[in-house]
Amino acid sequence: MKELNLNELERRFQEKIDKDIKIEPNDWMPENYRQTLIRQISQHAHSEIVGMLPEGNWITRAPNLRRKAVLLAKVQDEAGHGLYLYSATETLGADREETIDDLHSGKAKYSSIFNYPTLTWADMGAIGWLVDGAAIMNQVPLCRCSYGPYARAMVRVCKEESFHQRQGFEIMTTLANGTPEQKAMAQDALNRFWWPALMMFGPNDADSKHTEQSMRWKIKRHSNDELRQQFVDVTVPQAEMIGLTVPDKDLKFNEQTGHYEYGEINWDEFWEVVKGNGPCNKDRIDVRRKAKEDGEWVREAANAFAEKRARKKSA
Amino acid sequence: MSTLFNYILKIGDDSLILGHRLSEWCGHGPILEEDIAMTNIALDLVGQATTLLNYAGEMEGKGRDADALAFLRFDREYRNLLLVEQPNGDFGMTMMRQFLFDAYRLPLLERLQKSSDVSLAAIAEKSLKETKYHLKHSSEWVIRLGDGTEESHRRVQDALDTLWRYTDELFQEDDAEKELVVSGVIPPMSEIREAWNANVNRVLEEATLTIPTNNWKHSGGRKGMHSEHLGYILAELQYMQRAYPNMEW
Amino acid sequence: MSKKEWPLWEVFIRSKAGLNHKHVGSLRAADATMAVENARDVYTRRSEGISIWVVESMNIHASDPAEADSLFEPADSKVYRHPTFYDVPDGISHM
Repeated sequence: MKELNLNELERRFQEKIDKDIKIEPNDWMPENYRQTLIRQISQHAHSEIVGMLPEGNWITRAPNLRRKAVLLAKVQDEAGHGLYLYSATETLGADREETIDDLHSGKAKYSSIFNYPTLTWADMGAIGWLVDGAAIMNQVPLCRCSYGPYARAMVRVCKEESFHQRQGFEIMTTLANGTPEQKAMAQDALNRFWWPALMMFGPNDADSKHTEQSMRWKIKRHSNDELRQQFVDVTVPQAEMIGLTVPDKDLKFNEQTGHYEYGEINWDEFWEVVKGNGPCNKDRIDVRRKAKEDGEWVREAANAFAEKRARKKSA
Repeated sequence: MSTLFNYILKIGDDSLILGHRLSEWCGHGPILEEDIAMTNIALDLVGQATTLLNYAGEMEGKGRDADALAFLRFDREYRNLLLVEQPNGDFGMTMMRQFLFDAYRLPLLERLQKSSDVSLAAIAEKSLKETKYHLKHSSEWVIRLGDGTEESHRRVQDALDTLWRYTDELFQEDDAEKELVVSGVIPPMSEIREAWNANVNRVLEEATLTIPTNNWKHSGGRKGMHSEHLGYILAELQYMQRAYPNMEW
Repeated sequence: MSKKEWPLWEVFIRSKAGLNHKHVGSLRAADATMAVENARDVYTRRSEGISIWVVESMNIHASDPAEADSLFEPADSKVYRHPTFYDVPDGISHM
């Protein structure tokens, strides 16, 4: 086989992507593509895992058995999704344990929405409805992303996640149709989660440093602002339908564009939370770190046992 | 019927409280895969609790459903075993508790499948498949940890020593239950004990663990005399229903 | 051996009788028994399967993508291996 120079390899790589041919683990890929993917997928995986905590917080306090089972199943799915995604990063040569250590050291990021506390039961509704709703909007286009294992993981995630948003909206609807206390609880949750949900789509396009290259590589299919707009357009009528008010005095429908115009996002708050200064950043990471440390003797024991049995078998 | 109501309450509460304990692990497991596995078991138990408590409510005929029974009784009215309300401790404690319970629950469900009470038999048949898997899972972990490293052996032996005192209660039978045995609704507990002993001895031996010689045993859960731990479980479990009575969720 | 990560396993699921096992993803497990159980809990929560295979990832041997041209392209020109290559007179059926 003749030696190909780097430019030629890159040209062929981009050609494949342009033709919508998926890239698979052992295929040649630019190092930067690999690194960008590892960063993006592991951030996504960390978000799933850290995202278990704010909701897990309410499992033992769920108001009835049906809600308890649904919440358990949902949080469990998030563990599953984290796992599918870590699997995808492992195909790129990123070891799961090292990836997780980067989360614990603060080197790797995760969705900052999970750094807000869940204060009432209505937050389970708000998270399912808004946070999962926003996540789905991000994720559906990624089912067509150029990297095969990531795209396949996303197909699985999206399929499973379709119940997550519905159960959240169901909780919100029940509360909104309930007693005045319940309705107030729902409104309060919407008030607290609305803006952080909009921040989930990331900085404005003008301030988003990775967008252009990622779009060319098809590991990002829409810009942050496009997705955010789509989310607002879909969600505002849902809030109206159940009689809740979106906490944005500047929100109005533009007849000409057919889109909602919304107020300015508090980007200072966004960057503070990303930097680690959100209400729960420290708690979340401490919990994850503790789970890993507490589990170390278990993982070691399982290894030791497996080795003993393997020796016995071969003896 | 109230005798059967009381009995179903006992096994329903076992599922409810153990499911609650296991669900506390969600998000905190020793590795992602095991987090998912424990949640699966918790989900099975919550499902079993729902079916059993609904049936208990039917038996009682006072209009209480599973939720009313699960969330709106007072501390002394819960009938679960002391074993299942014990705190999770470390992963070894949780798996040992699970194993000691599964090894009792499996032979019980096997026999309840043949109960003269048709509904109970049907519930048992469905739950049995789940419990078989739970026992396989917990047995394997007890063996792995017992025969793993020095540290894991020590931890899981400690767990066994701590929990052993709650195992006699699994097989206690009151007078009302003796009547249910006679009418073929439930099996005699002596049979369950025998099956439990055989299974527990086999697994603990493979796990290189020592059965505690201390025969001092606790009981009371079945009569509503619980450990202090139950109150805290209920404080969480019932929080919403108590703070916001009579609402739909 | 301490602090060693559990090995990686590839998971294959047969979704129903009559179909092949299909690769669905990977997971970590200390031994094969655990790998099968973890696969059950991770990949069949929604009745996706009736049978599971697990293979330790290090035991999978793959063809080299750089050789894909020489491995697979020669087959493209052997059109006579496909039934559509042949003319069958009108009126002939069951062939």
